[in-house]
Amino acid sequence: MSIAPPSERLWWKQPMPRVEVAWIAIAFLWGLVMFFMMIYWHAVGRQNLANVTYRTTPEVFAAKADSMIEKYKVREEAGFPVVHPPPGSDVYLIARIWMWWPILELEKNQSYRLHLSSLDYSHGFSLQPVNINIQVQPGYEHVLTLTPNQAGQFGIVCNEYCGLGHHTMAGRIYVVDHS
Amino acid sequence: MTASSSFRICPTTGLKVDLGAQSLIRANAVAAVVFLAIGGAFGLSVALTRWPDVHLLPLDWFYLALTAHGLDVLLCWIIFFEIAVLYFAGAILLGCRLAAPRVAWVAFALMVVGAALANVTVLQGQSSVMFTSYVPMKAAPNFYLALIIFAVGALIACGVFFGTLVVAKEEKTYQGSVPLVTFGALTAAIIAVFTLASGAIILIPTYLWSLGLISNIDPLMYKLVWWAMGHSSQQINVSAHVAIWYAIAAIVLGAKPLSEKASRFAFLLYILFLQLASAHHLLVEPGLSSEWKIFNTSYAMYLAVLGSMIHALTVPGTVEAAQRKRGFDKGMFEWLRKAPWGNPAFAGMFLSLVMFGFLGGISGVVMGTEQINLMMHNTLYVPGHFHGTVVAGTTLAFMAVTYLLIPLVFQREVRFPRLARWQPYVFAIGVSGISLFMMGAGTLGVARRHWDITFADAALPYHYPTAAFLMLTLNGIFALLAGLGGLMYLVVVVGSVFFGKQTADSPVTRPAPAPASGAAVVGAYGSAGTLRIPGTVILVGVFFAAFVLYYFVNWKYLAEIWPLR
Repeated sequence: MSIAPPSERLWWKQPMPRVEVAWIAIAFLWGLVMFFMMIYWHAVGRQNLANVTYRTTPEVFAAKADSMIEKYKVREEAGFPVVHPPPGSDVYLIARIWMWWPILELEKNQSYRLHLSSLDYSHGFSLQPVNINIQVQPGYEHVLTLTPNQAGQFGIVCNEYCGLGHHTMAGRIYVVDHS
Repeated sequence: MTASSSFRICPTTGLKVDLGAQSLIRANAVAAVVFLAIGGAFGLSVALTRWPDVHLLPLDWFYLALTAHGLDVLLCWIIFFEIAVLYFAGAILLGCRLAAPRVAWVAFALMVVGAALANVTVLQGQSSVMFTSYVPMKAAPNFYLALIIFAVGALIACGVFFGTLVVAKEEKTYQGSVPLVTFGALTAAIIAVFTLASGAIILIPTYLWSLGLISNIDPLMYKLVWWAMGHSSQQINVSAHVAIWYAIAAIVLGAKPLSEKASRFAFLLYILFLQLASAHHLLVEPGLSSEWKIFNTSYAMYLAVLGSMIHALTVPGTVEAAQRKRGFDKGMFEWLRKAPWGNPAFAGMFLSLVMFGFLGGISGVVMGTEQINLMMHNTLYVPGHFHGTVVAGTTLAFMAVTYLLIPLVFQREVRFPRLARWQPYVFAIGVSGISLFMMGAGTLGVARRHWDITFADAALPYHYPTAAFLMLTLNGIFALLAGLGGLMYLVVVVGSVFFGKQTADSPVTRPAPAPASGAAVVGAYGSAGTLRIPGTVILVGVFFAAFVLYYFVNWKYLAEIWPLR
């Protein structure tokens, strides 16, 4: 029994049943498939993180975002500046309690270098309904190259608990179709 | 050392029970159940708040309850119970006295103090930082101190278990190798040492930081080391509940492993690879390379997953082989149809096995894939997954084995046998609903740890799809069902332990006619040539097909989201 010492003292010399050997082989191969699938996706897939990250401070990051906002602000909504940066440019999005600052207006099928950082706690960048979720940390400036391929209005929900106003922390991205 | 301990012989199983170990197992198990009750109530209040039409708790209480829920069930209930399992698998299965029972009582006291202090601190309201307590959000210093005290207690208890193994070897209380179940418990204890040490490494500086003695804790470093405790400690649970699966199959059906080699090898894989799991929480984090993420998230090449997949064959396989040996040998599934489904220990064990594999296991591997994690990180998919592992898997297995511990360790008859008979089913249905509907809501993007997904107070509200609200309503309904299952468990346990009839020789669980001698069973199966487990092969085939299908479906979903790099 499994609750008694093995009845064969030299149990490691007993052959394994064939069914076990076969299943171990299948499971091991499946593990390899799943392992190489991640590497394969880096080669051919279009949804990967480049993991480009810089050390920063809240002050430096806020200053960069402010200068972008000043340059490319097109209007205001609910007290938030709406920024329309040129395609291919560096776009800064501030996470802080409890807002995503500013509102971004991007063009469909254009790429942007999106810089994410937090000024205080950890926050979670959750782009909806696309469902892209990325962690945002204070002190780290995370850069992703993002290519919106749908036009419309998108929400940014914070999905890392960041204090009692967490449930009000939602931002917005507009994607406009110029083609 | 003099072996001055006294023993009794259990009339049901013939096991030699050290009375010192027995008291400690009782104390730890009772503490575990107390925290299950408290934490379960907090959990139910969280689910009822997520139910949009009920929205039970006010804002601050929601996050307080969520913090307390994680603490009480994930830490207190599970670790107290695991210590009981360690003492059982050490002292009782080896027929040995417990090493240093006084030290074990000190460990128990420390854990009780830590757990109580943690609860008090959270209830004071300044420490609603979630169970994960990510810096730079700060809790009251006592919050971290409480966890450190608890962890030190648990570490000492692991030491007592290791000591017991040494004593058993010295005093030759068993012959040859330790039983498989003890081997599994040893796996859990070894992982626990790694885990608790990681916890100390990160929580001690964080405690000093909360006191103002350290100026800064890097949030990424915190997360990396914290999860070396937080996730690896879930692997203690896996090892412990797999050991319990084997134990229940052995006690109820007289099952023995298909082969010691495969089952022990699978446990060994846990020890070697599970500790890499911290990466599961860091897949969309800044500052880490994809090479690091891929290697760690896959436990080197899915070698710990391989361990679980081996158990997925060998645990039902051991049940099938034992049942066929007992005469239920017709067709593919007579062994399963005629299994003791009315015995809550067996029913709970088998449900735990199936749900752990299908709900918790598959979702965990899929979510832990580097790129797929982009669609799931921090959504309700995450708690959906771990309610499939820790609740449907671990908690249900612990509940199941309780029905065996009541007569064996508490020497009481199980009261309310009808209620006990239905308990695993009610709880299992409830929990599978919780798990599935949270995963469903997560697939629709709903954030975890979120008080109000209608964004009523937000300046720029976002509207989740209507289906998400339905998912959370169903989640609430099934949480009520799981709560009912939990209540049934409490009634049976409290009724039996405190008001049950003392057993001398009439325990409620009827184990299989114990094999006359181990050797007799060996002849029948376990040798490579004669083993027949066709039913298990089919079940495992279904599991594997579901796994592969769901895995690739998620790659397809991933291919449809915005390109990013």
